[in-house]
Amino acid sequence: MLYLQEQHLMIRQTVRDVVAKVVAPKAREIDETCAFPWDAVKALGELGLLGVPVPEKYGGAGMDNLSNSILIEEVARHCGSTALTIAAHVGLGTYPILAFGTEEQKMRWIPQLASGQAIGAFGLTEPDAGSDAQATKTTAVRDGNEFVVNGAKMYCTNGSYASTIVFTAVTGTDAAGRKQITAFVVEKGTPGLVQGKLEKKLGMRASDTRMIHFEDCRIPVANVLGGEVQIGVGFKKFMQTLDGGRISIGALGLGIAQGALDRALPYAQQRRAFGGPISDLQGVAFKLADMATWIEGARHLVYHAAMLKDADQPFARQASMAKLFASEVGTKASDMAIQVMGGYGFVREYDVERLYRDAKLCEIGEGTSEIQRMVIGRSLVKDGCGF
Amino acid sequence: MHIAVLMKRVPETTARVRPAAGGRSVEVQGGETIISTYDEIALERAIQLREAGVATKLTVVCLGAAEATKEVRKALAMGADEGLLLVDAEPFRDPASAAEVLAGAVKDLGAQLVICGWKALDDDSAVVGGCVAARLGWAYASFATKLDVAGGTATVHREMEGATEVLAVALPAVITVQKGLAEPRFASLKGIMAAKKKPLVEKPAPAASNASALDAYLPPPDRPPGRIVGEGVAAVAELVRVLKEEVHAL
Ligand SMILES: Cc1cc2nc3c(=O)[nH]c(=O)nc-3n(C[C@H](O)[C@H](O)[C@H](O)COP(=O)(O)OP(=O)(O)OC[C@H]3O[C@@H](n4cnc5c(N)ncnc54)[C@H](O)[C@@H]3O)c2cc1C
Repeated sequence: MLYLQEQHLMIRQTVRDVVAKVVAPKAREIDETCAFPWDAVKALGELGLLGVPVPEKYGGAGMDNLSNSILIEEVARHCGSTALTIAAHVGLGTYPILAFGTEEQKMRWIPQLASGQAIGAFGLTEPDAGSDAQATKTTAVRDGNEFVVNGAKMYCTNGSYASTIVFTAVTGTDAAGRKQITAFVVEKGTPGLVQGKLEKKLGMRASDTRMIHFEDCRIPVANVLGGEVQIGVGFKKFMQTLDGGRISIGALGLGIAQGALDRALPYAQQRRAFGGPISDLQGVAFKLADMATWIEGARHLVYHAAMLKDADQPFARQASMAKLFASEVGTKASDMAIQVMGGYGFVREYDVERLYRDAKLCEIGEGTSEIQRMVIGRSLVKDGCGF
Repeated sequence: MHIAVLMKRVPETTARVRPAAGGRSVEVQGGETIISTYDEIALERAIQLREAGVATKLTVVCLGAAEATKEVRKALAMGADEGLLLVDAEPFRDPASAAEVLAGAVKDLGAQLVICGWKALDDDSAVVGGCVAARLGWAYASFATKLDVAGGTATVHREMEGATEVLAVALPAVITVQKGLAEPRFASLKGIMAAKKKPLVEKPAPAASNASALDAYLPPPDRPPGRIVGEGVAAVAELVRVLKEEVHAL
């Protein structure tokens, strides 16, 4: 692939090495037990892979978003849960602090996050505010040098392990009566921050998904993301964070799709029926061809969106397109892999049923497929097709 | 002390290897190329000795295709200081010839200790390390499962049937390593960034005598068909006889 330079190939190789030794052997087991992928997090953190796009100044590797996409793709080929853990940690837990935090906040939180000594999380979704994130009901009321927070965040990835959670709360209304939303950072162990129980899920079962409750939780004004000047204007930041996070979820869907083809192709070459390998049957070969073509397309979209971001060019539309397409490819390709592998595809031992269950999340998290279409559609109407 | 690690680029063990049409080369399907596993163990131990300050310089030496820069760069990312890739134009080279080239390179580098795998994963010849030692006229110890170096002497453990042999080997020496000596590290992102700035010298492999030429690669013989020796308990005696006398498995 022409986009990739030597350093990307080297990162890919090192990720493949770690995944083969640390991630892949445990993937099926942690899907069953819902155990958090600590071994993987530790190994990846030690190698600097939990802070790939974070500048060296803040303890990261100072590499590009393309490298980070490759990391997530390669992990997702074997374990969606581990890939989601990393994607949420880097893209949602770390990135907003890096992009919008004050210098003091960055120095305070980022080095631990980038080195993997701490895990990050992001709380936007609420029981009654999902796609319509502005419907946030969590409130933060100022009391001297603190805010008193009440409310709940839902489906918070890494929720119980995170040392810091970036979240939104309503801090007032403007003259026109519109909600003013502020972004905060809450640290683990803050009194009034209460973890809900682990959600039982269709897929991504080893990823830590929880409700987070705020019960008169006091947060210092110093934890307003970006400092006091940012009180009441936090919502836009969250939307910008999601633009970048979408590239990661695209990479995740892409990796799952690749993982499905990785398994279906050799299976089809070895499985014999009607006197030959089933890969010689046109009905099967066409499926493999479709999978490979979708994957190729998804990879171009994901890598290109990452490269636009790396080049500081507008990338929101391309990130949505990459996320939309690659997520749907993840589901379609893993579905097809099961079909190609027949009964073997349906049982746990062959892993593609797990990929299929994991893939579905990519069409929901960080903006559903419908929301991506909405973003792309609006951008077309506003800016034209741009070509 | 300057350590040279000899490393070979080989196909991954999951790759499917078979004679190419014409039988003059092998075709590798699927899988990637890697640093030969035992060489990577040697490299890991060398990096540890370098980090501990026992060695002051660590150079990896690879004789192979131009594409092997990938493996050499990885060795640099893991922690080697310099890389030397001797690009091999020979379509086939026997182990003695490879050793002649490698020994020449080690001499030019001025290394005092050579560490490498006891064999390469692909051709299994298992003599290159020994031949390098012979060429250099250095001490030699093989199959090391433990290796320490202090004051001009390498201490080498070798596992034998029922005992561990401990050798004191005077440097300069060539040591070949066995599994268990060290667990190769992964290249870290810091290492990968640092590797970009480390010297990797690529030059054509010098001429060397090569007394062997490749005639052909033949496909492995078909496996003999299975045989049913009988049924139930009545077959046990015959089965035991076959295992003992024909297969020599008992
Ligand atoms: C495993 C997992 C991990 C998650 N991790 C996080 C996390 O770390 N942090 C976080 O904040 N959130 C997280 N989420 C929440 C996720 O982002 C939301 O579930 C998602 O945004 C959708 O919101 P919702 O579930 O409320 O669905 P809703 O918004 O209620 O949507 C229901 C349906 O209506 C459709 N819909 C809604 N609005 C429109 C529209 N305008 N046009 C067309 N269709 C529309 C949706 O596409 C969907 O099909 C996670 C979710 C899961 C399942």
